[in-house]
Amino acid sequence: MQNEQVEEGRRDFIYLATGAVAAAGVASVTWPLVAQMGKAADTRAAGSIEIDLAGIAEGSQLKMLWRGKPVFVRHRTPEEIAEAENADVSRYPDPQTDTERLVPTPSGEVNPKYLVMIGVCTHFGCVPVGEQGDYGGWYCPCHGSHYDTSGRIRKGPAPTNLAIPPYEYISDTVIRVG
Amino acid sequence: MSGHASTYEPKYAAGRWLDKRLPIVRMGADFMTYPSPRNLNYWYTFGGILTLCLVAQIITGVILAMHYVPHIDYAFESVQRIRRDVPFGWLLQPMHAVGASMFFFAVYIHMFRGLYYGSYKAPREMIWILGCMIYLVMMATAFLGYTLPWGQMSFWGATVITGFFGAVPVVGESLQQWLLGGFSVNNATLNRFFALHYLLPFVIAAFVGLHVWALHHAGQNNPVGIEPKTKKDTLSFHPYYTVKDGFAVVLFLLIFAFFIFYQPDALGHSDNYIQADPLKTPTHIVPEWYFLPFYAILRAVPDKLMGILLMLGAIAVLFVLPWLDTSRVRSMRFRPVARMFFFIFIFACFILGLCGAKSPDDMAFTVGERVVNGESRLIGLNFVWLSRIGTFLYFSYFLILPILGLIEKPTERPDSITKSVLGDKHPKPAVSG
Repeated sequence: MQNEQVEEGRRDFIYLATGAVAAAGVASVTWPLVAQMGKAADTRAAGSIEIDLAGIAEGSQLKMLWRGKPVFVRHRTPEEIAEAENADVSRYPDPQTDTERLVPTPSGEVNPKYLVMIGVCTHFGCVPVGEQGDYGGWYCPCHGSHYDTSGRIRKGPAPTNLAIPPYEYISDTVIRVG
Repeated sequence: MSGHASTYEPKYAAGRWLDKRLPIVRMGADFMTYPSPRNLNYWYTFGGILTLCLVAQIITGVILAMHYVPHIDYAFESVQRIRRDVPFGWLLQPMHAVGASMFFFAVYIHMFRGLYYGSYKAPREMIWILGCMIYLVMMATAFLGYTLPWGQMSFWGATVITGFFGAVPVVGESLQQWLLGGFSVNNATLNRFFALHYLLPFVIAAFVGLHVWALHHAGQNNPVGIEPKTKKDTLSFHPYYTVKDGFAVVLFLLIFAFFIFYQPDALGHSDNYIQADPLKTPTHIVPEWYFLPFYAILRAVPDKLMGILLMLGAIAVLFVLPWLDTSRVRSMRFRPVARMFFFIFIFACFILGLCGAKSPDDMAFTVGERVVNGESRLIGLNFVWLSRIGTFLYFSYFLILPILGLIEKPTERPDSITKSVLGDKHPKPAVSG
C-alpha cells in the first residue's frame, strides 16, 4: 500500500516534467514561426537619405520616400513661419512649439524656413495634401484631419502632430534623414 | 452529420462492402433526406447560394493564382494581363471580383433572415456564432484579396486597415510593423497577404462544415419559429429543397451574370485602375461597398481608438445576440414591436452604408443658408452627424431587444408548422408519411 503511494507521487512528477518539456518545446518552435513576420534585416537596413535643401524653392514642398514612407520638406514662406511661431499652442491637442519641431543647423540655431516631417497622417497613415485645410497647412483627405503650417494637428480625428523623422544637418543646406 | 434515423440501404454488394468500412455514401444520403420544416420560404435558399459562392470563389481563386504575381513591381500588371491576355481571363477575373460582392450580398440577406426569424435563439446559438465566425473570416479574406491587384485603393485600403493595429496602446506600432513586415505597406506585406488570402477560404470551408453540422444537429428554424412536432411538419431535403434552392440559385446567377458580362467594374472603384503610389493618397478613400457601414461607424467618432473599438463592437455584439434577445418567441412575425425595430435596424445599416461612401464634411441635406462673417454656410445635416445617428440606431437595436423581450406581448402563434401552412383544414393523407 505504502509502496503504491510512492509510485503515484513519482508518476505525477514525471507527468508534470514531461508536460513542461513539451510546452517549452512547442513555445520554442512557435517563436520563429511568429517572429519571421517581423522586419527582415534588409528592410531594417534600408539606410538613410540625404536631401539638398537649396533646390527647394520658397513656398514649395519636396516629397521623398524614406523607409517606404513619404518625407515632406517644406520651404515655408515668412507668413507661414509667422503663423507657426505665433500660435498659442497651449490649447492644441498635441502642444508643441514650432522650434521644438525643428532641428538645429551646424551653427546651433534652428532654421525655421525648412520644415521636415514624415508625410503620414497620424490617424490611419494617409498622405496629407499640402496648402489645404482650415489652417493653411496640411489636410488629410481620408478622414478630414487638419494640420497647421508647423504640421500640428488642429482639427479632425488624428491624435498627434505629423511626426518628425530622425534627421541632422550635415551642412547648412543638406540634411541626412535616418 | 445528420441526426435523423438513417434510411439508406445499399443496393449492391460493393455498396454494402463500403458501407461497413467507410459509410460515406450513407452520410451523403442522410444529408439529402434530412427532414426540413415544410414551410421554408425563399429567404431560406441563401444557405445553398452561399455554398455555391464559396465553391466558385475557391475555384476561380486557385485559377487566378496560377497567373498572378505577388510582387509590388508586377502585381498590378499581372492582373491587367489576366484580364487582357490570359485565355478567358476576361471572364475569370471578374467572376472572382464580382463574386466577392455577390458573396457579401448573399451573406447579408442570410444574416438578416436569421435576425428576422430568430434563428440565433436556443438551441441554435452555435449555428449563429459559427456563422458570425464565417462572416469575420470572410471580411478578412475580402480585405486581403482587395489588396492584391495593387491599385491605389488596394494600397491605401491596406494602409488604413493595418493602421487600426497601430492604435493599440503601447504595442501598437510594433504590432503594425510585425503585420506589415516593414515600416509601411511593402513587398513583404503583399506577399503575406497573398499567402493568407489563399489560406483563409479553406478556414471558411471548415467553419461552414461546423455550421452545417450544428444546423443538422439542432434542426432548422423556420418562418414561424415553432419546432416541428410531427413527421407531417417536415419534408425531405431532396427533392423539395434541392429544387427550391436550385430555382433561387438560377435567379441569383442571373444577377451575377449581369455584373460579370455587362458591369464587371461597377462594384469596384475606378482608382484601383491606377497603380499603387505610396506618395499620393487618393482624394477620397472608400472601402468596398460591403464594408461601408462599419467604415461610417469608424468615422463617426472623433477619437481614433474609440472609433476602432466602436467598429469592432458593431461586429462583436452579433456574437452575444442570442443572450441579448430575451424573448421566447423566435419569429418576428409574432412580435409586432420588435419587428418595427428590426426594420429600423435595417434602415440604420443602409444609412451607415451611405455615410461610409460620402465625404464626412459634405452635407446629407440642407434646409437653408446663413451668412457668418461674410461667408455663406449651409444649414443642415452633414454626413458625420448622419453617421452618428445611424450608429446610435444600429446599437440601440441591441439595447432594446433585452428589454423588449420582457415587456412585449407577442401575437398568437399557430399550433404547428402544418397548421401555419394549411390552416385548420386537414391535409390529404400522405402517401408515404
